[in-house]
Amino acid sequence: MAMQPLVLDKQLVRLKLNGRWREDAVADNQLLIDYLRDVARLTGTKAGCDGGECGACTVLVDSDPVLSCLTLAVRCADRSVETIEGLATHGRVSALQREFHEKLGTQCGYCTPGMIMAAEALLRRNPDPSEGEIRTALSGNLCRCTGYVKIIDSVQAAAGAVR
Amino acid sequence: MSELAPLRVARPRDVEAAVALRRAENQSRYIAGGTDLIVNMRRGIRRPKLLIDLTGVEELGDVSVTQRGVRIGAAVTLAQLAAEPDVSTRYRAAAEAAEAIAGPGHRSVATVGGNLCLDTRCIYYNQSEWWRRANHYCLKHAGTVCHVAPQGKRCHAAYSGDLAPALMVLGAEIEIAGPDGHRRIPLADLYADNGRAHLKLMPGELLLCVHLPAAAPPSTYAKVRLRGAIDFPLAGVAVSLAMADGTVAALRVGLTGTNPRPFLLAETESFVGRPLDADALARLDKLVQKQVQPMRTTLASANYRRLAAAALARRLAARLAGI
Repeated sequence: MAMQPLVLDKQLVRLKLNGRWREDAVADNQLLIDYLRDVARLTGTKAGCDGGECGACTVLVDSDPVLSCLTLAVRCADRSVETIEGLATHGRVSALQREFHEKLGTQCGYCTPGMIMAAEALLRRNPDPSEGEIRTALSGNLCRCTGYVKIIDSVQAAAGAVR
Repeated sequence: MSELAPLRVARPRDVEAAVALRRAENQSRYIAGGTDLIVNMRRGIRRPKLLIDLTGVEELGDVSVTQRGVRIGAAVTLAQLAAEPDVSTRYRAAAEAAEAIAGPGHRSVATVGGNLCLDTRCIYYNQSEWWRRANHYCLKHAGTVCHVAPQGKRCHAAYSGDLAPALMVLGAEIEIAGPDGHRRIPLADLYADNGRAHLKLMPGELLLCVHLPAAAPPSTYAKVRLRGAIDFPLAGVAVSLAMADGTVAALRVGLTGTNPRPFLLAETESFVGRPLDADALARLDKLVQKQVQPMRTTLASANYRRLAAAALARRLAARLAGI
């Protein structure tokens, strides 16, 4: 394959990351996951399949669950991006984070940030979801450890705690 | 998967500007959700120098109801479409198809236009650069042989969009903008029976919206896939059925996942005026088996997909007929 000439096309992108506005020079071809991990140094978001099939890299953009491995960072300009690092307030974990810990919704932990962000999107929209609604909301997130039962328990417990 | 090659992103505000940008740069692509295109770019299949982001074009982003029916903008997201009350009640197949596509993280950004223009798929094509190179590429991209049918000179990659068959049984038309103005065609005419070039769009043309007629018969959609989410359909079937006095007034069956294009089943007019009984359902089953052409483009066998498509058609028709 021929080498492409290096073209540094960057834009100044202003976005709200975990509640705080920031500005960065972002290359047009930079993916959101690389921006989060390499530029913002927020490594909680994980790259799993790297092709939109596993949900591990799920973050929230304007409260919608989005796959950061398929999103161009420049398209998040003027929008609110939230990662797993943004959930704890004043050093206290959120209800979802706590219940994933208490109910053993986490084993190896790799899918957990994506699971929690997908669940967070659900609970913001629907604070009292049925089991079916939880399953649908998490249907794009794969976990190879837990068999999902404890993940669903964790989300149900978190919904109960918030309610 | 690898990083994206250097590229520029443009964000036009209107359709004319988008079409002009597309015309000015040969190696450009329109992008909306990007859930199909960016995967292919990361696999080295597509290497556009310019991405034309359509999410800033207002007229593409909404669903509007008129007396003549419903207009669905091409940049309406699948989540938005599934949640639209007018769609989920009057055009059920479309809502059912939209809410079963991929996963929630895709549906929040993936669009109607993107799903209609979905690239065709094959186990020899949707692979990494090194995988495809090790197999001397394939007829669809950079190679000379179709590994699915090496004797032939055709690409058999299957079209797997879910919305197309659902919208086709509802009588959808689409509006396309191009360098020479707008044109409006039946949705079925967008597609060619060629896995390599399945979209009949001229260079620079842009899908603007889908029009659905005000009066649509009851409809439904279902698909078979390996897992209950994320995966593309191995076979997908949409059925619309109007009954009058216990006999069929109109029957349409749309199919996806089996051929290089989505298509309406031919000869369904032979059911009109007759009851939809066990005999008719058995005949429908045969008709589907005869017209689908699954090839070994997925990990599931071609014959399984043929039988699954037929069984789905029979089941959905029976459900709509209330039997």
